[in-house]
Amino acid sequence: MSVAGPRRGSAPAGGSAAAAAASVGGPSTIEYIVQLEGISKYFGAVIALNGVTLRLKRGEVHCLLGDNGAGKSTLIKILAGVHLPDAGEYLVDNRRVQFKSPREALDLGIATVYQDLALVPLMSVARNFFMGREPRRRLIGPFQLMDHALAGRTAVEKLAEMGINVRDANQIVGSMSGGERQCLAIARAIHFGARVLILDEPTAALGVKQSANVLKLIRRARAKGISVIFITHNVNHAYPIGDTFTLLNRGRALGTFAKSDVARDEVLDMMAGGAEMTRLMADLDDATV
Amino acid sequence: MAGPDIPAPASSGAPAEAPTSDERVRDIGALRRFLSRPEFGSISGAVLVFALFLIAAGDSGMFSAEGIVNWLTVAAFLGIIAVGAALLMIGGEFDLSIGSMIGFAGMILAIPALYWGWPLWIACMLTFVLCAALGAFNGYLVVRTGLPSFIVTLAFYFILRGLSLALSTTLTGKTILSNNEGLALRDLAVSDGLFSTLFTGHVLKGFFNAMARWGWIAAKDGGEALALGVPKVVVWWLLLTAIGGFVLARTRRGNWIMAVGGDANAAKNTGVPVARVKVSLFVVTALCSALFAVLQVADAGSAAADRGLQKEFEAIIAAVIGGCLLSGGYGSVVGASIGALIFGVVQIGIGYTSIDNNWYRVFLGAMLLAAVLFNTYVRKRVALGRR
Repeated sequence: MSVAGPRRGSAPAGGSAAAAAASVGGPSTIEYIVQLEGISKYFGAVIALNGVTLRLKRGEVHCLLGDNGAGKSTLIKILAGVHLPDAGEYLVDNRRVQFKSPREALDLGIATVYQDLALVPLMSVARNFFMGREPRRRLIGPFQLMDHALAGRTAVEKLAEMGINVRDANQIVGSMSGGERQCLAIARAIHFGARVLILDEPTAALGVKQSANVLKLIRRARAKGISVIFITHNVNHAYPIGDTFTLLNRGRALGTFAKSDVARDEVLDMMAGGAEMTRLMADLDDATV
Repeated sequence: MAGPDIPAPASSGAPAEAPTSDERVRDIGALRRFLSRPEFGSISGAVLVFALFLIAAGDSGMFSAEGIVNWLTVAAFLGIIAVGAALLMIGGEFDLSIGSMIGFAGMILAIPALYWGWPLWIACMLTFVLCAALGAFNGYLVVRTGLPSFIVTLAFYFILRGLSLALSTTLTGKTILSNNEGLALRDLAVSDGLFSTLFTGHVLKGFFNAMARWGWIAAKDGGEALALGVPKVVVWWLLLTAIGGFVLARTRRGNWIMAVGGDANAAKNTGVPVARVKVSLFVVTALCSALFAVLQVADAGSAAADRGLQKEFEAIIAAVIGGCLLSGGYGSVVGASIGALIFGVVQIGIGYTSIDNNWYRVFLGAMLLAAVLFNTYVRKRVALGRR
């Protein structure tokens, strides 16, 4: 915890994009599936993000770290197409994109599990699973039905893969536990995302076993070639699974580090706010002594 | 002091299902499943009402062919707007301008036909187009401003009612329009081919006459049935209920409507075009009001600026009786139509009994209250499995 990396000492001064690029190694842009270059987002007078750069390689698990209010959720919402950035470029497959709605991001295979899970409690498991992406079959001519049978079967199947047994796809989501809902949201994102999976604190509400399940799932997704952006406060979740770590602080990216370059304690230190945390720990030590 | 605190955690811990993940769905049984349907409240209400009136007015002619046509007509008119109101409510919004829209639509139909010499069917098309545009504007304002639809449509509740009165007095000097310079709305509604085919009169006339010949239903002196047939408004009602119910339950749009009403943000984040769904629901509701007005003009042979008074409340009450939650995201079109049926039976049925007509409103309020309490209870207890 006391290992205060010299790298971080210089990074906050600015030029975060350059720092990020340097620490990842020379950027040959082809290898990135998703790139945010110098993204800024303002909400009125509040600068939520200030020139943040984030580059996601194909098939990597990229951990986004930062304290509350660092801008993680805003960044996620830009990636997911909920917000348009006020400045900077968003590239998918090296092509500039401007998503007007989350639907457009989904169409490019970028699926997000939001912190609030984006589930409707009063609707059934199957209806939630396919919300916005309903499977259809033809009735007569141009008239199409929602294929409830397929939806129910698929939802039950995909949940079973995650270790959640739902016998009745018509069960209402409001009757599921928090962990089950979380798994439903993740299963849905994996089913539709296919290329980029964004997980906003997916383990925050989970027990030990379910958290392990989620980590396994992330690993399985990576094995399938899915690129993952993983947000968490828990270093025990981030470090074992992450390939790359990007640290956000007060709306700025403080740098991107490959796993080979940082130790677990350094990651923890970054997440906890570095020097401030060291000082706090020192204070606490004094207090207990 | 600690007394009330102790049982609380115990009781909240008790109903928790076993933590094993292989048997998470209890078999809730057919009855419980039926109880958890949104239509359950309205079906049981309808059974209750029918039973009451069979006892109180069973031999009064209320359940003769004319009696049935009588209350079915009332139910059908309300049912048409209840279908729109229910879909909109499930989509998470209200429309308080339904009643004013009815009065306004009647004027838009009658003024060009009687005073400007337009063919009735063209005036009718104008009515539908204008109402759809107004509905879209309502919806646009709600979606764009994020204001509660309650406030936005309350504004149109006044604007449209005022416009109906102002337009009719300015342009015609009257507020009730039935004829002008030899033109009579009643004649136009019959003589205009397209209009009369769609909106005027009855269907199954031959069948009714046959039933009269066979002695099944009452006949006039000439042998024709006393009840002319099934009014077209009833056909429209059944058709709209079927379409609305089908769309909601079986199509992608239906899933979108529930999602938008259940949690607009979640719906947006999963790719549902929230604004488009909401605006189109406002358009559907406005079109239902326009259809109500057109059928009413065809039926009554007149348009009046004060038509449709309080119909928005009746439509919303029917939807609530039908199991729609005020908070949106849950409900049934079929239930709303059954709610409208309850209205028709009670409103007309009271006249067949010795009960004073004024009790109708008392009954209405009581029914609404019972339905809301019941729905809330059912949602908590059965649907979500909470206690």
